[in-house]
Amino acid sequence: MATVATTAPHHQAIRTARPGLWIPSYSLWQREIVRFYRQRARVIGVIASPLLFWIAFGAGFSHSFSSGNSGASGHAFGYFFPGSIVMIVLFTAIFSMMSLIQDRNEGFLLTVIASPVSRSAIVLGKVLGGATLAAIQGLIFLCFTPLAGVHPSFAGLVLAAVVILLVSFEITALGFTIAWPMDSTQAFHAIVNLILLPLWLLSGALFPADKASGWLRAIMLANPLTYGVDALRNSLDPAAHTDHSLAINLAVTIAFCLVTFAASWAVVNRRTQKPAA
Amino acid sequence: MPAPALEPDAIVAPSPARPDDPIVLSSLTHDYGSRLALDHLSFSVAPAQIFGLLGPNGSGKTTLFRILSTLMVPSGGIATIRGFNVAKEPAQVRQQTGIVFQARSLDIKLTVEENLRHAGHLYGLSGKHLRARIADVLERVALIDRRKDYVETLSGGMQRRVELAKGLIHSPAVLLLDEPTTGLDPGARLDLWQYLRMLRDQEGVTVLVTTHMMEEAEYCDRLAILSEGKLVALGSPDELKSTIGGDVVLFETETEHAAQSLAARMAGRFEVSPTVLGNTVRLERENGHRFLTAVLDAFSGEVRAVSVSRPRLEDVFIQRTGHRFWTEATDGSAKEKEGID
Repeated sequence: MATVATTAPHHQAIRTARPGLWIPSYSLWQREIVRFYRQRARVIGVIASPLLFWIAFGAGFSHSFSSGNSGASGHAFGYFFPGSIVMIVLFTAIFSMMSLIQDRNEGFLLTVIASPVSRSAIVLGKVLGGATLAAIQGLIFLCFTPLAGVHPSFAGLVLAAVVILLVSFEITALGFTIAWPMDSTQAFHAIVNLILLPLWLLSGALFPADKASGWLRAIMLANPLTYGVDALRNSLDPAAHTDHSLAINLAVTIAFCLVTFAASWAVVNRRTQKPAA
Repeated sequence: MPAPALEPDAIVAPSPARPDDPIVLSSLTHDYGSRLALDHLSFSVAPAQIFGLLGPNGSGKTTLFRILSTLMVPSGGIATIRGFNVAKEPAQVRQQTGIVFQARSLDIKLTVEENLRHAGHLYGLSGKHLRARIADVLERVALIDRRKDYVETLSGGMQRRVELAKGLIHSPAVLLLDEPTTGLDPGARLDLWQYLRMLRDQEGVTVLVTTHMMEEAEYCDRLAILSEGKLVALGSPDELKSTIGGDVVLFETETEHAAQSLAARMAGRFEVSPTVLGNTVRLERENGHRFLTAVLDAFSGEVRAVSVSRPRLEDVFIQRTGHRFWTEATDGSAKEKEGID
């Protein structure tokens, strides 16, 4: 071995800085987006589902409630509108993290974990990627606001867009935390279905928390999504009655974004004596 | 399972690690619960070498690969890459190391160039510098004209070369490859080895390759042979083969029982200590052809087939462990999650 070592050329290391946070996150985010638009079926799904939802829901609604006075119909429709947006966003956001399981099974994730990139960048890139797709869907839905009989100000629309982004982020990060330890999309599906529906039903999307009975009300107040739905309600219709002020709703939503991000970061950072992927 | 012919520790005297050795293991141990996957491994890899990690499935080489690639923390002992502890300083180790996993890691929905760009971003490269590196590594693996193609349109051999390019994007000093030729045709296999030699000779890269193929192990400058988590042999392929005295002589009999009986009588008559492997009696002997004639004269009716050969790496494995290279994989519980050939 000595002979080999003495004649060997010396490795000329190029100076590479430790990768920062933004370039790797941006790169992982971009990959999500590129993968999305190269799969036409997914593009169609994201754009068409708010449309279809709108046609089915809106048509059914106006018809069923038309026997009463038109004002009540418009009012009810307006009540359900924020919850509907959240539902669309919820599904897309959480299921976008199915790609994490796919990345793991395809081996792509392995090279990401074995690279020197900071674990925050992995979470940020993946979560922002999923959240972007979910938010796009929410924003398309937002275009239908006038049809719902809701007429927010421009500032209200901008605020609503911000809330949609926040909700997309927190739910995608939640999906990330759930998906990370899993290696089967079926298992992910099962777990997500288990929590997604209660999360939405008890978020004030269907009925307001103050009309619910004691324990149900307690659950609804503990549900972080309640504050997202309410924040959206606040921004689209400042006159609407909500349990908490806009400030509190926004604060809780942002806090939940941070909590879910931290949870994702924690699961990714766990290095153990078991195989990582 | 048969007892080892010799205590492995007695054979493998690890040479002390030199300060510039890029990979150093000392007493590296890992267990998955009750099963010991790595048993106090100590050896080091000199710079600018192609170092082979040879062992059958379940020998612990995948476990070792996972530890060196910082995907898993060992339960005992220390492994360093360029002086950085893989368990405690993963970020520094990752910066120094290029990794090519056995499974495909490319995103097939992206182009060759896009895959490399993402990989570069993860290693802190960007902009003009990264573009130059991409052109450089693609030139190296002769795929520069396919850079705009989607990975899913490339052949298996080409995809492997893109994997290699991806592992080299940040000019690592150490390159780790896990069974890199799995699924490749012989031509692509030779190509890949050609690239590895070029990296060693022109850039001084230290290459660590795991393999379960004897023919491939022959290409390595130095080898560590693992069996059941233990280091059973360490040295260049020629050194290892030369530890076997003379020729390897095999006598095939009808049954295992016949082989045992033949071996016993042979031992008495010729003062040799043969090994029985199934229905075959195996021994190492100077001037194998003369010995063969003598044995055939004495026990002519019992032998179905004979062979005399120069020692191969498999003979080293048999000599050190007392069993064939592939037999241990039949124990289901000891099977590791490793690629089957």
